Amino acid sequence: MPDAILSLSNITKQFGSLLASDDVTLDLRPGEIHALIGPNGAGKSTLIKQIAGEIQSDSGNIHFDGQLINEFDAVARSRMGLARTFQVSSLMPEFSVLQNVMLARQSVSGKVFRFFRPVLGDKSLVEPAMAQLERVGLADRAQMRAADISHGERRQLEMAVALALEPKAFLLDEPMAGMGPEGSKRLTGFLDGLRAQAPILLVEHDMDAVFALADRISVLVYGRIIATGTVDEIRGNEDVKRAYLGEEA
Amino acid sequence: MTMNRETLINSILAIALVAVPLIAMGMDEPFIITLATKVAIFAMAGVGLNLVLGFGGLVSFGHAAFFGIGGYAAGILASHALNYEPIMESPFLIEGTTQMIVIWIVALVVSAFVALAIGAITLRTSGVYFIMITLAFAQMIYYFAISWPAYGGEDGLSIYVRNGFPGLNTLDPISFFALCAVMLGIVMLFSAVLIRSRFGLALQGARQNAQRMTAVGIAPFRIRLVAFVISAMITALAGALYADLNRFVSPTMLSWHMSGEIMIFVILGGVGRLFGPLAGAALYIILEHLLGGVWEFWQLPLGVLLLIVVLFARGGLVGVLAGERKHA
Repeated sequence: MPDAILSLSNITKQFGSLLASDDVTLDLRPGEIHALIGPNGAGKSTLIKQIAGEIQSDSGNIHFDGQLINEFDAVARSRMGLARTFQVSSLMPEFSVLQNVMLARQSVSGKVFRFFRPVLGDKSLVEPAMAQLERVGLADRAQMRAADISHGERRQLEMAVALALEPKAFLLDEPMAGMGPEGSKRLTGFLDGLRAQAPILLVEHDMDAVFALADRISVLVYGRIIATGTVDEIRGNEDVKRAYLGEEA
Repeated sequence: MTMNRETLINSILAIALVAVPLIAMGMDEPFIITLATKVAIFAMAGVGLNLVLGFGGLVSFGHAAFFGIGGYAAGILASHALNYEPIMESPFLIEGTTQMIVIWIVALVVSAFVALAIGAITLRTSGVYFIMITLAFAQMIYYFAISWPAYGGEDGLSIYVRNGFPGLNTLDPISFFALCAVMLGIVMLFSAVLIRSRFGLALQGARQNAQRMTAVGIAPFRIRLVAFVISAMITALAGALYADLNRFVSPTMLSWHMSGEIMIFVILGGVGRLFGPLAGAALYIILEHLLGGVWEFWQLPLGVLLLIVVLFARGGLVGVLAGERKHA
């Protein structure tokens, strides 16, 4: 078993009387897609936020790329190579599609405090940004304002921004949310190839996508992981059926 | 073609700013030259504020602090030079000066440090809190100036002879106007370059979506702090020129009314528009002197106008004339 790139051990987070994360332990290994599923309100997004550093855990440890990152803020974690997408698209609405991706490239280049050279003429930003837009199929939208593209295209742009960060791991929070069946299918194919570039922790409600993609699945219910295993193991797990899959089937 | 229309509007504004005082010179109307100089200086203060307010989305209600610091840099240095009293004798001698270039450098350096300190604290807040804390800091400096008798306290400080600039008779109204107009041009060019740079992209990104900035690994705080400092320096430079225009500096330059006026220039002209502060300052001065001459409550229609702009024309004067802005 290869060493995990990301590992959570005994993560706990409480909001008042609500236990959002209850002793969560999981890891993400190189080359895999690890899906995190669970009913609404199970604490999936809260867990993603703790991994991304947007909220602090009450206890437990998070290791990433061989380092304990508990004390790192979201900026530091992103710079270490942890790229996340948001459940509700979080973009720069007034920027062009291209500028949205360029900003990520700017961060990767490490040179943000440059005051004179016009950014739109900077090939070292424009070219890699365009390359990512081509990968997600948005190149022809490059000059449009992010506010003016369709919902599905915004989801694609979220992906392009994450790709542009050249991360060591992806945290994808419901990338299929609100996408049509056609878009979901295309994204499923895309993510399938992406795991070779960097492992993916995938939060997703689209069970077809999860079963098609996941190497392993963890099931989160009321902040607690009730099962982790392969697709077949999870499908056959009685607890999971009762707690989650049964509701939909 | 909204972009071209904005360029056209900008060109008209720039040409008008230069043409009006030249015509006034031909007609022997030095007062109008002084008004145009005031427009150029106020526009410069607005260009400074616009950097944080327009492009950074940070509503600073304390920019009078920097305007006044620039003014006092001119006043204090000049008064020491004119009275032949060194500012400091030990451990080493620091004398006053009547050279604008030296005064500007002092204004830039002092305002940068003050802005760094104020920004480091205020930029940890946002929204209404940011507005109130920037105001509070500016008021602290205002009361400090009032209660410091060495430099005139409440009465202010006169600059008996306008400070000098190499190769220029600064007492000649059109020459001093030209100096201010050129400085405005430099500052606007700098501002235009800045907002198109990597830093400018990050600054505008931080305004739109701080969560996204953080997620791509850029801390909005540092970007905003640098912008705040640059913004303060530009406004301080305008303050130094303003003190020289009036040959007088007083705590009025530091008061919250002044902060409000600078904000009005930006909002009237167009928030986040390169030429917005120039349009706003020009409109303000024109209103002040057309209406102010006939009606002492001229600020009432100004208030109504401001309300209309805020409610119906967020792009200000430039926005109304040039149409919606395309992406940055």
